[in-house]
Amino acid sequence: MSSNWVEVCAADEIDEEDVIRFDHEGRTFAVYRSPDDEYFATDGLCTHEHIHLADGLVMDDIIECPKHNGRFNYKTGQAKGAPVCVNLRTYPVKVEAGSVFIAIS
Amino acid sequence: MRHIVIVGAGECGARAAFALREKGFDGEITLIGAEPHLPYERPPLSKEGLAGAEQPKYVAGAERYQAARITVLTDAPVARIDRSGKAVKLADGRSVTYHRLLLATGARPRTFPGAPENSERIRMLRTHADALAIRAALAPGRKLAVIGGGFIGLELAATARKLDAEVVLIEGLPRVLSRGVPEEIAAVVAEQHRREGVEIVCGARITAIEDNGASACVVVADGRCIAADLVVVGIGAVPNTELAEAAGIAVDNGIAVDRTLRTSDPDIFAAGDCCSFPLQQHGGRRVRLEAWRNAQDQGTLAAANLIGGAEHIASVPWFWSDQYELTLQIAGLADGAALTVRRDMEEGAFILFHLDGGGRLIAASGVGPGNAVARDIRLAEMLIAAGARPDPEALASPETKLKKLLAA
Ligand SMILES: Cc1cc2nc3c(=O)[nH]c(=O)nc-3n(C[C@H](O)[C@H](O)[C@H](O)COP(=O)(O)OP(=O)(O)OC[C@H]3O[C@@H](n4cnc5c(N)ncnc54)[C@H](O)[C@@H]3O)c2cc1C
Ligand code: FES
Repeated sequence: MSSNWVEVCAADEIDEEDVIRFDHEGRTFAVYRSPDDEYFATDGLCTHEHIHLADGLVMDDIIECPKHNGRFNYKTGQAKGAPVCVNLRTYPVKVEAGSVFIAIS
Repeated sequence: MRHIVIVGAGECGARAAFALREKGFDGEITLIGAEPHLPYERPPLSKEGLAGAEQPKYVAGAERYQAARITVLTDAPVARIDRSGKAVKLADGRSVTYHRLLLATGARPRTFPGAPENSERIRMLRTHADALAIRAALAPGRKLAVIGGGFIGLELAATARKLDAEVVLIEGLPRVLSRGVPEEIAAVVAEQHRREGVEIVCGARITAIEDNGASACVVVADGRCIAADLVVVGIGAVPNTELAEAAGIAVDNGIAVDRTLRTSDPDIFAAGDCCSFPLQQHGGRRVRLEAWRNAQDQGTLAAANLIGGAEHIASVPWFWSDQYELTLQIAGLADGAALTVRRDMEEGAFILFHLDGGGRLIAASGVGPGNAVARDIRLAEMLIAAGARPDPEALASPETKLKKLLAA
């Protein structure tokens, strides 16, 4: 499977323990910076009702959906309990020359 | 044999059943519900679900109950609890024995006194069947009269406008959303409804609701008849406590539970819309909530305690409502607030923070387009849970990140 790296933003445009929305070619992603300064990416929409996760709250390695507080581990994509039960897809991330890139397959 | 029986296959009962397995309970689980469906979510019934779906939005598919070895009995109203025999008796004559019982019977809509029952023109909204019937009666140009300016009535009004029905909403009190929603927020909501073409009549005293065959009529105090093709009564809900009451279990505006959700019978617990419980953040005042997340949280908590835990109710009440593009979110209970400060956000969104006399944050109510207020309401909820006394000026200033206040 070939993946192409897409530039998201400058690394410092995402606050620590925060998330931004990234739209690319008709798809939407959520890109995270963890409290320990690592970057991650998942699908942008909650698996419960297609709500943008980037409006939600990041706490440690959890992203909480803004709509009904469904929770996912954004590092693994794992759904962490009701009302969400379907995992999020995750994407590889790298930081190069001060910019964040995600690999979209 | 250890057998946990759950009466009421709604949000709360289903959540409890799964949580029992997640927490390692290995005995039998039977979930018994009166409705013909597997447990489904009610919030969509007044929102997009009313306009769209033929099928309810299920909490889980049949295969997940099977995988978790949860026996679900649908269409199976429970008629009686036999406490001495530790069994529930179904209306169809079946009997199911339990070693622990959870009552998650929910609530039902309050009826309007004297309104005809079984009228196709006068309805209420609680179940998927109700939603299907209401939708069938709504079409462009049809007229809907909603009785009651609470959340369900307002959401229904918004959805009916999306279906191009004409809508009049009739409220007895001087404004909509009097219960639990600050006036400033109710005003934003009412204004949005007026812009969308809903006629809102407040301060109306309704003396009767009649079905005249060709149309329905809402009679107001001056004798005037507000005619409509369909009337939906949304004047609140009453908890389903009859089973408990008949079995001699204590009831006090809901099945009365302690802070572990245990009823006056130590082997019987109650959770969700049907129960009243002491709310820790309000000095143990007994409250009953009608809220989706509370149903989930209490279902999970009940599961822990049904299998021997002693966890206390700690969650902060949380509620949301969607109307048109607006979302409203409320954390905590605002009554008893001594001070309210307002934080203005982008796109006209704002949050009101309510503090008590001692400066403790007790509630936050926000409204705005989409999920504009969600993150800050969630942080406010955590501040409330922590018993924080944040600086009111910091709360009011959009420059202060609430996350900082939480860390402080
Ligand atoms: C139209 C609508 C919109 C809503 N929107 C929102 C919202 O936007 N936000 C929000 O926070 N909350 C909302 N709610 C509230 C939320 O849906 C409820 O708080 C939640 O459903 C409560 O769950 P429960 O399991 O306690 O009760 P219920 O969902 O009422 O389930 C109880 C079940 O028990 C069954 N039962 C009762 N007695 C018996 C018996 N004797 N034998 C067998 N079965 C029995 C009932 O048939 C029912 O299926 C809404 C509710 C409605 C009706
Ligand atoms: S939309 Fe995300 S939890 Fe419901």
